[in-house]
Amino acid sequence: MKNWRHNAYVFFLVAPAFVILIGVVIYPFLYNIVLSLSNMSLAHIRDWKIIGFQQYTKIFTEPSQPDFYVVFLKTIIWTVVNLFFHVVIGVSLALVLNQKEIRGKAMFRTLLVLPWAVPQLIVALTWRGMFNYEYGSINLILTQWFGMHPIAWLKSPLEAFIAVIITNVWLGFPFMMVIALGALQSIPHDLYEAAEIDGASWYHKLKNITIPLIRPVMVPAITLGTIWTFNNLNIVWLVSNAGEPSDQTHLMVSFVYKAAFNFYRYGYGAALSMVIFVVLLVFSLVFMRKTKATEAVY
Amino acid sequence: MNNDKSKKIARISASYIVLIIFSLIALFPVVQVFTISLRPADRLLSTSLEIIPKDASLNTYKILFTERPFFLWLMNSTLIAVVVTLTGVALASTAGYGFSRFRFVGKKLGLLSLLVTQMFPATMLLLPMYIMLVKLHLINTYLGIIIMYSATALPFCIWQMKGYYDTIPMSLEEAGRIDGCNQFQTFYKIIFPLAAPALVITALFSFMSAWTEYVVAAQILQDTDLWTLPLGLKSFEANMGSEWGLYGAASVIVMIPVVLLFLSLSKWLVSGLTMGSVKG
Repeated sequence: MKNWRHNAYVFFLVAPAFVILIGVVIYPFLYNIVLSLSNMSLAHIRDWKIIGFQQYTKIFTEPSQPDFYVVFLKTIIWTVVNLFFHVVIGVSLALVLNQKEIRGKAMFRTLLVLPWAVPQLIVALTWRGMFNYEYGSINLILTQWFGMHPIAWLKSPLEAFIAVIITNVWLGFPFMMVIALGALQSIPHDLYEAAEIDGASWYHKLKNITIPLIRPVMVPAITLGTIWTFNNLNIVWLVSNAGEPSDQTHLMVSFVYKAAFNFYRYGYGAALSMVIFVVLLVFSLVFMRKTKATEAVY
Repeated sequence: MNNDKSKKIARISASYIVLIIFSLIALFPVVQVFTISLRPADRLLSTSLEIIPKDASLNTYKILFTERPFFLWLMNSTLIAVVVTLTGVALASTAGYGFSRFRFVGKKLGLLSLLVTQMFPATMLLLPMYIMLVKLHLINTYLGIIIMYSATALPFCIWQMKGYYDTIPMSLEEAGRIDGCNQFQTFYKIIFPLAAPALVITALFSFMSAWTEYVVAAQILQDTDLWTLPLGLKSFEANMGSEWGLYGAASVIVMIPVVLLFLSLSKWLVSGLTMGSVKG
């Protein structure tokens, strides 16, 4: 009797979790695989059939507008540049903020976390307004304060790409700062005191104490940050207004989104989603393994 | 010694300069939104950089509520966000507990699949679920959007809750059992209150994502009467010439609750996030 009740209780707790998992993760995932092997599109929404790997070969061999390989390369550049600035700015600010002589820590911390707190939709649309050629405050500052020529931010592919990156750097550094700050606070203070007695320089302390000790926390944060940045649809979609000018600003995610929801190429979109997923999965596995391997050296 | 002291002063002043510059950069776009919302209608597109514009007025806020369906969108968003939050908290708190405390078939695979969802591009779940909603005739309904939001937020919430339950010692439940609580009572009387910080984060996360989401809503809600705030915001932004002020005012109203919530809870958010990721 007691055993029966225990099992019923476990079932009661675990069953919803399983139903959810199957409903929102496993089923859509499997369905996505099936879609990627099919010819489903708006024209073939009822009478679709399995066509094998044709969608995948299409991705890699058929010329598309914009070109798949260009989009892929741009996404890599986008991710690397963003992560570089997120980590460098975030960790530097955390180091500055963590000095014991600094007053008003709580105030600075609150102000610096602000970009993370503002909804991404508003971030993207407001920056889009700020990049406006005539009335945007970026050009107004450039011309009125620095006497430069205004830049046509959203009109040409390269400038638009830079504009999207600037927006996302602004958005992303607080996350790294907050994580680094948490890690810095857990480093015991006597380590630094001991190093000072030994006459260690600022650089040596950073290299031999700070960086190794915040590493274990930063590595998962960087992995997560890479995945989020690679997959961030909001910023690129909204700042470039769905790929303007003329679909030249796409990253992988916005490229898929456009294929699926604006051109109704469901099979093709599903296959592209799979490609992105595999790229991220491989990256995460390799990155985590590599960094763990080097961690053992310390 | 004197040299050391001046070096220190230089270091501290440099630090303050860095902090002030970055704080201003962080603050600037937020201030922009306020400035835009205060501009009088005839000077929406201005080339001045003043923070409080000349003849500032609150007129845009009035127009928002009297001449636009903004109040309706506010109600829609509130309803959807509240239902998504309640669903998220109820399901994630029990499912997370199950994953943390019991051994059962498929547990490892289940946890792994929750983690792997973080690597799904948005379209990976969106597209199959969208087609599913089309087939179930749930496009253009609240139920459709609520299912969509709960589904995309849940994996992260369950993982978060599971990570937090893991830090609560098992001995507490055993103690509760000895004091005569049954299993369900130990859960909701002892463990559930202890997990409050993680519950707050889960609630905040679900609420914020439902309150500010645009891309999914744009696919599912086509009828203006069903629109949520982000859809309204985007429609104002699209007419930058004439409705830029309304965009500013609407953004201020959408932004204030989430920014305040976020800032007041950011301490918990960080401990929850790092715990989840470090343990993961």
